[in-house]
Amino acid sequence: MSTLLRTLILAIGMFYAAFACAAAEQDSNGLKDLYYGEALYYANQHDYFSAISRLDTELAEYYGLDQPEKNSFHFYQDHAEFDVGDFELYYRMYNRASRAVKLVIHGNVPERVRNGAIYRLAKIYYESQQPRDALATIKTLKGKVPDKIRYKEPFLRAQIDIETGRFKEAIALLKKIENAPGMVGFAGYNLGVALLKSGKQQAGIAELDKVGQLVSDDRAVQAIRDKANLVLGFRLLEDKQPAMAKKYLDRVRVTGPFSNKALLGAGWAAAATGKYERALVPWTILSKRNVTNKAVQEVMLGLPYAYSKLGVYGKAAVLYGQSLQDFSNEIARLDASIKSIREGRFLAALIREEIKKDPYWVVHLRKLPKTPETYYLLDMLASDDFQSSLKNYFDLAELRRKLKHWETYIGAYQEMIKIRAAYYEPLLPQVQAKFRILDSKMKLRLEQRAHLERRLKKMLVAPRPDFLETVNERRTLSQLDQMEKSLPPGADPKIQARIARLRGVIIWHVDTEYQDRFSKATKHLHELDVDVKRLRRIYHSFVRTRQAATQSYQGYDKELTQLSIKMQQADDTIKQLMARQGHMIEVMAINELERRRTRLEKYQVKARFAMAESYDRATKAQQAKVIEQSKKKDAAQEEEKVKKAKKAEKPQQTQTPSQAKESKKADK
Amino acid sequence: MRWNRLIGLMLMLCMMCGVAQAEQVNKKQIKGLDEQVQAIKRDVLSISTQLNLLEEKLLYPSNTYMAFFVSMDKGAKLSPDSIHLTLDNKNVANYIYSYKEVQALREGGVQRVFTSNVTTGEHNLKISVIGKDDGNKVTNSGTHELKKGIGPQFVEIHLSATGVSFRDW
Repeated sequence: MSTLLRTLILAIGMFYAAFACAAAEQDSNGLKDLYYGEALYYANQHDYFSAISRLDTELAEYYGLDQPEKNSFHFYQDHAEFDVGDFELYYRMYNRASRAVKLVIHGNVPERVRNGAIYRLAKIYYESQQPRDALATIKTLKGKVPDKIRYKEPFLRAQIDIETGRFKEAIALLKKIENAPGMVGFAGYNLGVALLKSGKQQAGIAELDKVGQLVSDDRAVQAIRDKANLVLGFRLLEDKQPAMAKKYLDRVRVTGPFSNKALLGAGWAAAATGKYERALVPWTILSKRNVTNKAVQEVMLGLPYAYSKLGVYGKAAVLYGQSLQDFSNEIARLDASIKSIREGRFLAALIREEIKKDPYWVVHLRKLPKTPETYYLLDMLASDDFQSSLKNYFDLAELRRKLKHWETYIGAYQEMIKIRAAYYEPLLPQVQAKFRILDSKMKLRLEQRAHLERRLKKMLVAPRPDFLETVNERRTLSQLDQMEKSLPPGADPKIQARIARLRGVIIWHVDTEYQDRFSKATKHLHELDVDVKRLRRIYHSFVRTRQAATQSYQGYDKELTQLSIKMQQADDTIKQLMARQGHMIEVMAINELERRRTRLEKYQVKARFAMAESYDRATKAQQAKVIEQSKKKDAAQEEEKVKKAKKAEKPQQTQTPSQAKESKKADK
Repeated sequence: MRWNRLIGLMLMLCMMCGVAQAEQVNKKQIKGLDEQVQAIKRDVLSISTQLNLLEEKLLYPSNTYMAFFVSMDKGAKLSPDSIHLTLDNKNVANYIYSYKEVQALREGGVQRVFTSNVTTGEHNLKISVIGKDDGNKVTNSGTHELKKGIGPQFVEIHLSATGVSFRDW
């Protein structure tokens, strides 16, 4: 369907009554159109391309119908227009989605519908990092909003306010929806952030503390709870309140997505208070995790630092040595990754079909041989730009796959049309000729039937018994007429009377049996109706079949050729776009990897110095220990001597001459 | 010699410029490319719609068109593993469900499991479903007599833990 047509349809089609009616019907009575359900089936699987395509097809068919209101899709027509906009949004077609929504906003639609559309448009702007436009749009929202976005609307408004520095307004909005269904945790977290950003330190901390203590089985709520604790912990660390910070950082789950940063922060909080032995616990856990993570790399310097602070220089030196080795390995892997990306292996690995069938493909991509760069993908995806570029690349690859697939369809369709034409073309002229004969016969019979019907109707008003004479009666009457005419003038009056009597008998019968005959005639006409109906059905079936046969091969050539050209053009464009998008991803990835490399090189320098210092200190400590030990030994020996000397002095005073001799010998 | 050195210097400068350009990706570039990607998505979607319409017209004329759809109640506990369809005692479709597909059905989606051309008149449809309900293995089956008229014929196959039900559309 052309954009213009879509646009017109959208502008005309948004009637609230129908919308509300369809919504109500959907909720209460279940599904009303199977194809609408099919579009939902695709959308529920996040296959938005198929969902949009299905709805576009249904809408195009619907608007092409003579009586669209008789089609079951009319229940969802307005819904479908909205859904297409929604799916386009999910499919990151912001421009088309925003154009469609703008048409609704400026159309003659009820308040709730307009407000729903304004919300969508503001969301599009907010998600595409245009907070000023989002603010200008959301400001036009006045009055009641659809129930579906009752809490989402103020939440979005507050997010936009935070983004544009309007903290006071954001705080007021978030306080109202803090405990609203579906907002628990999220509103509180944003409220805490808004309070902190507006300078209300204590209130912000209290709010985040509240979120940080939420109890829930919902993974999203658990994640926001961890995030609140993490933000709070680092905020307090920056404010030089490490003891408080540790309390919040310890609340973060050890296995959650924020655990690495939390463990790192917890260690620093302990170290900041001089409790290095306490820092060892989180840092030791963290040091055993994936070395590509920045927090893990940082802790590889932190852990030996803590040991050195505790005076365990030997252990510190060994750990620094290990860190150096790990950094070297990591740099080597980064170099290999950069090389692999430059050779184009990264993009080839990303679009491997079998990988994306796995929901954890990003994680499992790390195990791919010969593509070391995929190891860093999870961390790279933290960047919005990288993420959106990667999604675009995937989408382009998918579009290309589809086009390639469809190209085979075109060939098959062309062949099918050729076969059909070869089959039907010789047959159809003969069929057509026979049909013409039958058609004229049928028309004649139908005309006769219609004539009879008209006659019977007239007879209801003006009875005509002569119309209901039987063939025999009519023949007899005719014979009697002829006989009467053939009588010579002056013929026997008896004969004339006889003829008149015979005619009278027939007319008597016809007249007296008129009602009965009329009923029978009507009944027969009705019986004929059954056959006429059957005849008409066969006739229409034949017409349809003949039409279907003709339509099965005629009029497709132009359409197929146009489609083929369009596909070729689209494929060329996609090829170019993929090359550009791929190059952009490669550059972004290489930049990120080089940044990592630079950081690791700095860490290496630090680790080398620290290791040397630790060895130095360890050696000095060792020497000091040796000196201390030798001093202790000397002192002990001295003491021993003194003891011996004292011992020796005592017996000299009491010994006998023989004992004195022995003692002298022993001395010698 | 001088010229050679100059050309060499120029080439080096050009390469440096190239490298510098390749290493920078700014927001404007990202946005510009993103808009082009959006435009091509729109074009391909339009091709897809045209192809869908063409396919329906060419492959499934309305007088012979028949399609079977699978649905489930929203939030149903039944988790179908596979479905097997026979039409007039002929195997016409076998389908194995993925987790995502089951979820999509549970959220109100409807799956078109089979599309074909059939003659007008009476047909016999048989379904057998293997799945799990609350961890217990469930095997359900159902039979439906349908009368194909001159217009398109759609049959909704509704799956639930208690059995299979049909609805002609």
